[in-house]
Amino acid sequence: MGYTEEIKCRSTLGSVYVLFCVIFLFGYIYLSLHYLTNFLRLADELIANAAYIGTPGKGILAADESTGTMGKRLSSINVENVESNRRAFRELLFTTPGALEYLSGVILFEETLYQKTSDGKPFVELLKENGVLPGIKVDKGVVVLPGTNGETTTQGLDDLGKRCQQYYAAGCRFAKWRAVLNIGITEPSQLAINENANGLARYAIICQENGLVPIVEPEILVDGNHSIDKCADVTERVLAAVYKALNDHHVLLEGTLLKPNMVTPGSEAPKVAPEVVAEYTVRALQRTMPAAVPAVVFLSGGQSEEEATLNLNAMNKLKTKKPWTLTFSFGRALQASTLKAWQGKEENVEKAKAVFLQRCKANSEATLGTYKGSGSLSEGASESLHVKDYKY
Amino acid sequence: MACSSLVKLNASSSPWVGQRSVNQRPGSSNRRVFVVRAGSYTDELVKTAKTVASPGRGILAIDESNATCGKRLSSIGLDNTETNRQAYRQLLLTTPGLGEYISGAILFEETLYQSTTDGKKFVDCLREANIVPGIKVDKGLVPLPGSNNESWCQGLDGLASRSAEYYKQGARFAKWRTVVSIPCGPSALAVKEAAWGLARYASISQDNGLVPIVEPEILLDGDHPIERTLEVAERVWAEVFYYLAENNVTFEGILLKPSMVTPGAEHKEKASPETIAKYTLTMLKRRVPPAVPGIMFLSGGQSEMEATLNLNAMNQSPNPWHVSFSYARALQNTVLKTWQGHPEKVEAAQKALLVRAKANSLAQLGRYSAEGESEDAKKGMFVKGYTY
Repeated sequence: MGYTEEIKCRSTLGSVYVLFCVIFLFGYIYLSLHYLTNFLRLADELIANAAYIGTPGKGILAADESTGTMGKRLSSINVENVESNRRAFRELLFTTPGALEYLSGVILFEETLYQKTSDGKPFVELLKENGVLPGIKVDKGVVVLPGTNGETTTQGLDDLGKRCQQYYAAGCRFAKWRAVLNIGITEPSQLAINENANGLARYAIICQENGLVPIVEPEILVDGNHSIDKCADVTERVLAAVYKALNDHHVLLEGTLLKPNMVTPGSEAPKVAPEVVAEYTVRALQRTMPAAVPAVVFLSGGQSEEEATLNLNAMNKLKTKKPWTLTFSFGRALQASTLKAWQGKEENVEKAKAVFLQRCKANSEATLGTYKGSGSLSEGASESLHVKDYKY
Repeated sequence: MACSSLVKLNASSSPWVGQRSVNQRPGSSNRRVFVVRAGSYTDELVKTAKTVASPGRGILAIDESNATCGKRLSSIGLDNTETNRQAYRQLLLTTPGLGEYISGAILFEETLYQSTTDGKKFVDCLREANIVPGIKVDKGLVPLPGSNNESWCQGLDGLASRSAEYYKQGARFAKWRTVVSIPCGPSALAVKEAAWGLARYASISQDNGLVPIVEPEILLDGDHPIERTLEVAERVWAEVFYYLAENNVTFEGILLKPSMVTPGAEHKEKASPETIAKYTLTMLKRRVPPAVPGIMFLSGGQSEMEATLNLNAMNQSPNPWHVSFSYARALQNTVLKTWQGHPEKVEAAQKALLVRAKANSLAQLGRYSAEGESEDAKKGMFVKGYTY
């Protein structure tokens, strides 16, 4: 090439090169900012929703019984386990006048997420209109850990991100994953603790990446004849492992909730007063749960409706350091006597709704420490709901 | 293993009552020891920790090793002799009215056994002034092999018997300082070692009646931004608390001595007290269980005024733990300069100590104002690569 031609060629190439770099740089900056602001917006939403669920005076209705478990409930009142009956019972709960006021969230099973009222209104819409956040159970049940004495781990991580996206699009704003541990001579083993804690952490971060507040539920079953001290020791060890795992996986604690068991004696050990349960439970949380977590939503795990409410109430009356809200996420302890009152019969619906409202109100008062106990308990409110070896 | 898929694993009901899975190891049904956390000193530990973490008060750290004390003395032209060290510590510990702002004093071993020139034991002076005596129990930092030029803290050997002796002499809390360096990584090894050492020390201390102050200092050295400090601090504290829990340490009977979350000393932008407070409180809320009664910050090279302003910013709203100070240089700097080793200046030096102690006491209550602070108080005390 001639000298000037070479210069022209080179300078053209040079400017193309510079132009390419500039475009690349802008694109990179744009994408980084986009990702960053997206992430920040996501974090804000998670934090706001988690805090909302912990609103004093409100709590969660756990209505996420799987089809199989719902079958057990319905058969206990001689009702057939078909979709219409499952839908009817959930409609009964969600349309109870005044009840939704006491609820900040409802955990749904996947089937229920896409169901409607008999008037044709999607359940999700009904809940949202009444200031109730819809949540979704995302785990796929437990499987046994080989080499242990029957201990389990929870499944459900495969494709969880994709499923969370779908659930978010359908209106859900929080999720739930239940890990199960038990107390025995050699249980819980370190393997079971580590495995379940890791599963919870993986689930939690995937949820957060997809806009759902993860409820972290490491349930230590009440089965056994152990003392409340033993339960406290195990609970504290498990929660320490859980929070270590959450921290290692970079989970945003301000956008999570904890759903633990209360610290109680085993089901076959002598009972203790609600004040004792309260003291042990709150102490266990003080020792393990960072203040960044906005709320604790207790599971009832087989306690009777009244027991669960009294224990929650005692916790909220306790004068000690409690930088998080203490509220409920009850399944059986909110629905048991409602189910009994309904009996699957249309003519009982009003009565059943009144019973449900009463339990919602009672637990709302318990979150404020103002519950005075039921003067006249409806049938079943004081009945223990413990089923040995309970399988969901 | 093929046998893992056998029927037994999917067997029905009570999997954990009576029945065993195919992979059950022989002898694994041996009784497991049920560990109770409370030891013989638990009540006293909880009470001591609460006393040190009392409103409006903090810790005066005067546990400089002899070598380090030598540096302080030489900065005002004094020789590093036992007499001079004794004189200096006496000046500090006999300051009238100190107990109003100071709840605990960390001593070096030599000082724990010293007395005033009148023959009164230092520990007695402190106790009468309502100040809890504490003792440094670690044996200093040494290089950590296999790391990225990082250190680890020695002192576990014989710690139990030493702690018991210190308790007899009158100490009621202990301190162990390990460090983490951000420019060096920190490596996972260094973080793990720091956390595990602290956990073992804490467990042994509690067993011998001393409230352990848990101090993983994240050094100020470096040019990193404040976000990086937050990341490292969260990692370090997650590890520390996990190992403390594994060692069955009673959290109601410990105190923390963290560094504040700030940008590195060589970072181009300085952060305001409000920013430091925000990042530090975020870190604490994410990592410190509410059961811990007190968090006593180290000053780590900040100026006297900086350290006070930052503490004040952290106490503008209620916290689940007492947030206070455990300052050495940030309390002593002006005192040393005022004293200069002259006996006639002792009173003035003691007054200077009270000025700083009161300022930090107000900061603990969130009521400090920087008006009227001297120029000296504003001078930075960061020394790059500082070794104690």
